[in-house]
Amino acid sequence: MAKQPAAVIGVGQTHHRAKREDVSMAGLCREAMDRALEDAGLGLDEIDAIVVGKAPDLFEGVMMPELFLAEALGAAGKPLLRVHTAGSVGGSTAIVASSLVQAGVHRKVLTVAFEKQSESNAMWALSVPIPFNMPVHAGAGGYFAPHVRSYIRRSGAPNHIGAIVAAKDRQNALKNPYAHLRNPDTTVESVLASQMLWDPIRYDETCPSSDGACALVIAAEDVASGSPNPAWIHGTVMRSEATSAAERDQVNPQASRDAAAALWKQAGITNPIDEIDAAEIYVPFSWFEPMWLESLGFAEPNGGGWRLTESGETAMDGRLPVNCSGGVLSSNPIGASGMLRFGEAALQVRGAAGEHQVDGARRALGHAYGGGSQFFAMWVVGSEKPSN
Amino acid sequence: MRDVAVVGFAQRQMAQFDGSPTCVELLVPLFADCYEQTGWTRRDIGFWCSGSSDYLAGRSFSFVQAVDAIGVIPPVNESHVEMDLAWAMYEAWIKIQTGEADTALVYAFGKSSAGVLRRTLALQLEPYTMTPLWPDTVSLAGLQARAGIDAGLWDERAMAEVANRSLTDAEKNEYAVRRGGSSVEELLSRPMYADPLRKHDCAPVTDGAAALVIAAEGRAREVCERPAWIRSLSHFVDPMSLGTRDLKRSPSAQRAGAASDLDGVEVAELHAPFSHQELILCSELGLADDVRINPSGGALASNPMFSAGGIRIGEAARQIWSGSADRVLGHATSGPALQQNLVCVMGSEG
Repeated sequence: MAKQPAAVIGVGQTHHRAKREDVSMAGLCREAMDRALEDAGLGLDEIDAIVVGKAPDLFEGVMMPELFLAEALGAAGKPLLRVHTAGSVGGSTAIVASSLVQAGVHRKVLTVAFEKQSESNAMWALSVPIPFNMPVHAGAGGYFAPHVRSYIRRSGAPNHIGAIVAAKDRQNALKNPYAHLRNPDTTVESVLASQMLWDPIRYDETCPSSDGACALVIAAEDVASGSPNPAWIHGTVMRSEATSAAERDQVNPQASRDAAAALWKQAGITNPIDEIDAAEIYVPFSWFEPMWLESLGFAEPNGGGWRLTESGETAMDGRLPVNCSGGVLSSNPIGASGMLRFGEAALQVRGAAGEHQVDGARRALGHAYGGGSQFFAMWVVGSEKPSN
Repeated sequence: MRDVAVVGFAQRQMAQFDGSPTCVELLVPLFADCYEQTGWTRRDIGFWCSGSSDYLAGRSFSFVQAVDAIGVIPPVNESHVEMDLAWAMYEAWIKIQTGEADTALVYAFGKSSAGVLRRTLALQLEPYTMTPLWPDTVSLAGLQARAGIDAGLWDERAMAEVANRSLTDAEKNEYAVRRGGSSVEELLSRPMYADPLRKHDCAPVTDGAAALVIAAEGRAREVCERPAWIRSLSHFVDPMSLGTRDLKRSPSAQRAGAASDLDGVEVAELHAPFSHQELILCSELGLADDVRINPSGGALASNPMFSAGGIRIGEAARQIWSGSADRVLGHATSGPALQQNLVCVMGSEG
């Protein structure tokens, strides 16, 4: 049985900031939702179902906040789902929303992902001590730094590659009116001069902690055909792997490689770097750009990734523009970050990315990962209806 | 739509898990039950989805380790909802409807006894004006029960009848945490707990985990003589606001029932954590008088958070498998005072 065609016809996001004290959680979500609905030319009353995604509830201090938000999100009297798959959740949520349309169960689904990290101390929420478990107390940067060191050792990458990524994404963010960080003076040199946090990850190579939300309207073929610029969904994939296993490769996880292979097959893509025009890849620490480029099959393992980055091919005018929006390095409302990647990919193929538009983008990748690199969610969207 | 059936069900329910088991210790035996029932291994499962709550676990990302119970290589097509098992099954059913998978194993877990459950659940309320007052689950249910009594919709006797039937039926359920019927008079003579609720009107705090296996036409018949075919699966949510809701009603349950074909339902497993909520659900769903309610004993006998709703579906499916019914209903609820409801109707005919 084939999936029913589905497309993104509306994308909305908030202005991401360290603290959005001007809005409640509901207000934050509605800011993104109302923009997505306006983009789609639909009213909330025309939506069949609402799918909410966010990362741990401890970030806001409300257990299952979608329940109290139900009315404000227009879900009252409708089906409401709440997805939580760690950092990949924004992507997974978009995929769950798509599947409601691809299954033929609903025709117009609104999905929203958010995080209001200023409601709590995210670092604390991630580090609650667990009985009978070795405390890590490292934060995400401390957790991933050994993976980065391992990548550098394997690939022989020069030390400044991460700084190239950070400088590029911060410059890209200046073209995105919604981005949290706006640091026009960031250069490779300034990144390399910033404080070392978790060797080899420097302060300017880390993502911010943001309040923000992203919303998408996903519609069935008959609805999407009335849209001037639908982003058709060409493939979706979710893969997860176990946490505790000696055979795990945490630098280039099998779940990531398997997910990419399944995604390219679904989308009919045989040579990703030539067939993908723009990629929004989940890069919370700069070095994950070359790491994921290899894992996703854009470059050869153990060195192809950093060479691509170093040559400038991942810049806006390169062969594979990566994170033209500024990416996670410029805005990181955790629960929404994955959906922002998926939404930005849709904006590119709709020709609606504004100043950070890649000319003539026809197929784009949205990518998210989470946990300690166990959870992966990805999609390919295109300006043309998929032929497969 | 593809025909999809429930073909496997495993559960553990107890007043308190022994010690502090990890997700792996909890789930591996349940998965083993599912593999034994179906003859499948993990490689036969096309999609996995779990339900659990970080707040219940008292930590972030509490579901991450659960994936370890599945095994390591190869990685799996997997998702998680911060919801009851019944909604995890809904996501899996959708996945099968897209054609991406033919089989799914869904599971859920929760250790309610680790904290004070009725207080933990106060964190589910609107955080600006409600949670600071810490209205606990039992008190909110008491207000709901009182509203119905004052309106003449039910009385304490009707509630005691629900409890007596549940506790009597629970005698045959090895997983029941509370069991043993007596008489309506005897139950009514017991002390008040949260007026007008007595202890037996409230679900016992229960630790537990459960798993369901669902499969599409073609795969289901391989492993099950009488699959419980899902005839409809529907869920809705109401606004939470307790000040503006009519607590005597559950419009989302009514909608879920109206979206289902309830004709001919012989057995209904209703997820009613409080006795009067069963009365609300029967009325909202419009169940006929001769429908057998909760032969398992229902949530008044044991109510493990995040799996109890899915357990209702599993218990209802068992009625089909055993041949004792041809059409059954499983129901799940979530949120304070029946805010969110799911109805799954299953039949013996493919």
